[in-house]
Amino acid sequence: MSDQPKLKIALVGNPNSGKTTLFNLLTGLKQKTGNFPGVTVDKKSGFVKLPDNRTAELIDLPGTYSIYPKTLDEKIVQEILLDRQNPQHPDIAIVVADATNLKRNLLLFTQIRDLGIPSVLVLNMIDIVQQRNVKIDLRGLSIDLGIKVLATNSHSGHGIAALKKIISQPLLQSNKPFYDVTHLAAETINDIKEKFDLTEDYRAYQYAQQTERIGFIDEEEKGVIRQIKETNNFYDIPTQSQETIGRYQLISDIVDHNIIDPSDESKTTISEKIDKVITHNVFGYVLFFAILFLIFQSIFAWATGPMEFTENLVSQFGRWVQDVLPEGILNDLITDGVIAGLAGVVVFIPQIAILFAFISLLEESGYMSRAVFLMDRVMRKFGLNGKSVVPLISGMACAIPAIMATRNIESWKDRLITIFVTPFMSCSARLPVYTILIGLVVPEKLVFGLINIQGLVLMGLYLLGFLAAIVSAIGMKYILNTKERSYFVMELPDYKLPQWKNVLLTIYNKSKTFALEAGKVIIAISIILWVLASYGPGESFRNSESIVRAELPQNATQAEYETKLNSYKLEHSYAGNFGKFIEPAIKPLGYDWKIGIALITSFAAREVFIGTMSTIYSIGHNDEDEGQIREKLRQEIDPETGEPVYTLALGMSLMVFYAFAMQCMSTLAIVYRETKGWKWPMIQMTYMTVVAYVSALITFNIFN
Amino acid sequence: MKSLADLKISEKGIIKSFSDEALSIKLIEMGCLPGSEIQINFTAPFNGPIAIKVAGYHLSLRKEEAQSISLEE
Repeated sequence: MSDQPKLKIALVGNPNSGKTTLFNLLTGLKQKTGNFPGVTVDKKSGFVKLPDNRTAELIDLPGTYSIYPKTLDEKIVQEILLDRQNPQHPDIAIVVADATNLKRNLLLFTQIRDLGIPSVLVLNMIDIVQQRNVKIDLRGLSIDLGIKVLATNSHSGHGIAALKKIISQPLLQSNKPFYDVTHLAAETINDIKEKFDLTEDYRAYQYAQQTERIGFIDEEEKGVIRQIKETNNFYDIPTQSQETIGRYQLISDIVDHNIIDPSDESKTTISEKIDKVITHNVFGYVLFFAILFLIFQSIFAWATGPMEFTENLVSQFGRWVQDVLPEGILNDLITDGVIAGLAGVVVFIPQIAILFAFISLLEESGYMSRAVFLMDRVMRKFGLNGKSVVPLISGMACAIPAIMATRNIESWKDRLITIFVTPFMSCSARLPVYTILIGLVVPEKLVFGLINIQGLVLMGLYLLGFLAAIVSAIGMKYILNTKERSYFVMELPDYKLPQWKNVLLTIYNKSKTFALEAGKVIIAISIILWVLASYGPGESFRNSESIVRAELPQNATQAEYETKLNSYKLEHSYAGNFGKFIEPAIKPLGYDWKIGIALITSFAAREVFIGTMSTIYSIGHNDEDEGQIREKLRQEIDPETGEPVYTLALGMSLMVFYAFAMQCMSTLAIVYRETKGWKWPMIQMTYMTVVAYVSALITFNIFN
Repeated sequence: MKSLADLKISEKGIIKSFSDEALSIKLIEMGCLPGSEIQINFTAPFNGPIAIKVAGYHLSLRKEEAQSISLEE
């Protein structure tokens, strides 16, 4: 243990430069995902053991092409590197560059170097360069760039030991900038340097360039900078183009001087050949939908086994806790509240894991950017963006990771629309609700001899969700007004074989984040619900035992008494009172107060519907066997009419309601985080509830 | 004036200037420098985005964005 502050190292580089692979190689499994303070971007960090036995903290910064951010993820890089006071500001930057595309990759490097951050340049994918018989003079490059340069092969891990050795030694670096910006804006730079007590010209120049975008400068200081810029006639855009072109000229000379590339530019590469097939005007779309179909199939088919397994595991654990703990309120709270809530989270992990396995495979291989490329035109018609494809697909598993996946959409309007409509996509939590209700009200018949009606209804519900998303997006496209431009300049990286270690680590990290983030909310809500359903106001709840005893005939068994008592208690609990309170509002949809309770509790998470229904119809404790619930629901008789409650009309109306309603606390919480306020989650919830209500009303009247 | 959007598939051109200042910054950062060679590789159907080869790698952009890149005659 030492009190010395740990050495902080940042890993920076272009997207697709093999940064993540290098990060995994350097840290092994010693990684953690968290949040950067104040922002929602996932922070990935890990620890590296250096040859001198010190441990350094390595932060994997989001991939970016330059210090000028275009997306939210890129903004974090700018904030951390520009602000010396930022707790994440690195002592050393490891700049990763794709050796096969050195010129473009070096742009970011020269900017970081000019900020005065001690850096080392790592040329990644050196194996591919060697395959192409390209010769890179590392020593010459090192001298010309004034910095230590080394090559790594992230497949074999070659060069990692040397890199660790370099970062454990002090990095010497000349104070002379790579590209001198003072000739672009000498007075502005001097004035800002003086005012903010900065040493590097480029840092001061960045304050001038990015005044409005920098978060760590307050409004008053921004005013001062604006004043300085005005006095000195500083114009950001033309200066920036001049700077970038100037940097490229220097880089180009250095690269041409140190690289001998015998390859024929006009020769078609393997990636270009693959693209002929994958982006084909017809086959490209066939392949895209085939991949979607495969993802669906596996989320529903392959996840069933692991889901049942985890469910059993949790319920066994619950029973064990129930036996071990002394009987009483604490026991009930832990088993019915906390563990029941926990089960709701854990059960989705297999689906989340499978979904992220696919997404990470598609991203690693380079296919995802082709899907974005192919879908952009279609998506724009609906006010979305090619990049909305990923969140919308993810939304079929869970809206939470899906909404987090919108961060790489540059345009705020496109991103907001995507966030707004993603919860309409039928997520996996709706599936158990659909399954139970379809089994209950839709007959198991075949049409045309081969199509199962139940399956058809299920597919219809998924289509309904998709249509709602599309129609709402079109509506938002016309309502939202913004002067902001939407760009679509996107790299199409070369195809690569995915690295299994990266895929496995992604699955692990994303599942963990999901379980922790969503878990916190769901467990909290479960506890609140448990309290509301276990306690009630007034005499009728307090005297429930004697009231129920009096209602029952003398020869009633203890079991009958307990069943009756449980349902009586629920009816007179706070939750039951809420149900009764909203009954007039949901009566037109065909629902009674019991369904009302389920609607309220489902707000925590849709799948809570089943748990609530099983409690309401007082099925045995902790037993969520679907067949049993279905039987109980089937036998439920309307006391007024004497007819079964669960008719086709009610079932359909309820399913349509679940298809549209925003019944997910975690989604609202994530929308709040991503849009930085309550405005959008509130609009979204109101809108979705109104759509759900109206549609359910129409459905009920059609089928009734 | 001839723009990148006027090129046919596999045809090459030399970048001359940009008509959209805000977009030009992004394009320059991505290596689309005035004077560099640019080639259309393939396009998405229904006037969708186009894929180009520039500075030794592949980039995709929308048709309107391609129109903002003027080429040498």
